[in-house]
Amino acid sequence: MDDGGLGWWGVPLAVLAGAIRVSTPFLFVSLGECLTEKSGRINLGLEGTLVMGAMSGYAVAYGTGNPWAGVLVAGLAGTVFGVLHAAICSLERVNDIAVGIALMLLGTGLAFFLGKPFIQPQAPQLPSLALGWWSDVPQVQSALRINALFLAGLLLAPLLVWALRCTRWGMVVRIVGESAEAARAMGYPVNAVRMAATATGGFLAGVGGSFLSLYYPGSWNEGLSSGQGITAVALVIFARWDPMLCFYAALLFGGAGALGPALQSVGVTQGYYLLNAAPYILTLAIMIATSSSRHRLAGAPAELSVTR
Amino acid sequence: MPLDRVLPTLAALAVSMVLFGLFVLAVGVDPLETYALMYTGAFGSWFSWQNTLTRAAPLILTALCTALPARLGLVVIGGEGALVLGGLAAVATALALDGLPPPVVYGAMGLAGMAAGGALIGFAGALRHGRGVNETIASLLLTYIAIAVMKQLVEGPMKDPASLNKPSTAPVPDAYLVGTLPGMDVHWGLALGVLFALAAWVLMTRTTFGFAARMVGGNPRAARMAGLPVGTLLVVTCALGGAAAGLAGVMEVAAVHGRANASMVAGYGFTGILVAFLARQNPLAVIPVAILFGGIGASGGLLQRRLDLPDAAVLVLQGIIFVTLLAGEGLQGRLPSLRRAPPAARPQEA
Repeated sequence: MDDGGLGWWGVPLAVLAGAIRVSTPFLFVSLGECLTEKSGRINLGLEGTLVMGAMSGYAVAYGTGNPWAGVLVAGLAGTVFGVLHAAICSLERVNDIAVGIALMLLGTGLAFFLGKPFIQPQAPQLPSLALGWWSDVPQVQSALRINALFLAGLLLAPLLVWALRCTRWGMVVRIVGESAEAARAMGYPVNAVRMAATATGGFLAGVGGSFLSLYYPGSWNEGLSSGQGITAVALVIFARWDPMLCFYAALLFGGAGALGPALQSVGVTQGYYLLNAAPYILTLAIMIATSSSRHRLAGAPAELSVTR
Repeated sequence: MPLDRVLPTLAALAVSMVLFGLFVLAVGVDPLETYALMYTGAFGSWFSWQNTLTRAAPLILTALCTALPARLGLVVIGGEGALVLGGLAAVATALALDGLPPPVVYGAMGLAGMAAGGALIGFAGALRHGRGVNETIASLLLTYIAIAVMKQLVEGPMKDPASLNKPSTAPVPDAYLVGTLPGMDVHWGLALGVLFALAAWVLMTRTTFGFAARMVGGNPRAARMAGLPVGTLLVVTCALGGAAAGLAGVMEVAAVHGRANASMVAGYGFTGILVAFLARQNPLAVIPVAILFGGIGASGGLLQRRLDLPDAAVLVLQGIIFVTLLAGEGLQGRLPSLRRAPPAARPQEA
């Protein structure tokens, strides 16, 4: 197939472009989930939050004509889901994983239900920066058309590393995640800290969802998310609860996701779906390789139920 | 089930109905009419009963995929993946054994499907025991991988060239399609599901295996100290759960779709998780709960036609029920402190 004379060189370029374009939702969801998990809880419901964010962001951008209003509302919708998760989990004897599954179901259902009228109309899209102006190859230009949200994520990752490591606020989150008992003994409100961490995580996941509907693929429909929310939760484990590693892992997963379509465009159609599943296989492999039945995963917050 | 376990579940259902009623009211639909139509669509006539039971059959089996490992304290959510692999294995077996007498092929299809589903969830159990990998995340990842494998196979090596618009495997030969139960338009999967649930209940409550499994669920360290083969129990129970979901896939292929394709990914595996939780992981209670959710699913079409509600209304209701159930479980822990004097200086959170 002719793709502008680039031939096989189009593959690495498309993977690079995909890594930047496809990784943004992974990046936002995983940074949010990283923060939530640092406080000692896992929110599996981010898949539902992501879809809800995609729908509400699209609906508001369509209604107001301003895509950034959509991003904000998507984040707020995500916050509501985060608060709901944290509120139910703060009750006794409730399993945070089960609540996550329930919210995944509820979020997806609500988004499909309320999003029905928005499948057809076209909402305004988020702007992007054309960093490929120096090249006259259209593929290079489109690969380097970088969305503002990606840049925001790029800044957010080191910011989160710094906040967790160097601020008092980050220290409290880590204490709560390592030992709720110790945090209580020191007088920190465990549930309130986890509520804040989960709500912030939900906000970021909602923003990640708005990227799906407002930039790439850039419209709202029910097949928009193919499990990116779940992948991002797994990605945090893959990245060992380090926001910077989350950033690199998101790029890796984005690139892996783009490899299938890229190879397809040069005529290699074998293994398309398996390549799409590469992030899941990678995550499972890394979990198998690094887990042990005798000690917990390195870097895992001690309060986290999934690593026990 | 004892009454004190049924009542909270019924209360959660009642609260969910109120919440869902308020939700449809907010979008301008009469809740009473909605519930009346749901009843009609689910249990109002013999026709709707048959539709309901046809949907309940795979739900019983996928719910067991979560309910059986739950006895050992595991949260397995890989039913959808086991179902898909079971369906694929059934088609492959039927095509490979084409020409043999139907009873032989039925048996082989069932065994192959159960082995495929059992292997998937058994693998998650083995990872849990051998490597300490979290079984919830592992079973979910395995589900996505299984779905990708299915899509790859029906687009590639197993694709029927005649299936253009919707890539599928070659159809199961007519002789090996599974028919309906006598006197009703519901396939044999329902009977198999009920039998599987009964067998699971007997296994878990009336045998030493079940006793040992529940002991592991109660206190894994104590079970290990008592010399129980914890690893074997874990893997075998997970594999049994996976086999149930795999059998659901066999029946979906052999009795409903006639071939394996993306239609198998219909969400039965995920609804099965909710069924298992609502049944409090009790294999017997799974049967009525699965029928209830089969009914909710069956009424979706009617709600869409008559009230113009999107088909996702069913998903919203399921989500509300799930969330309410879990929140109710948490609130229940606070009830004793309402009845008795609150214990002094109790920590806020366990």
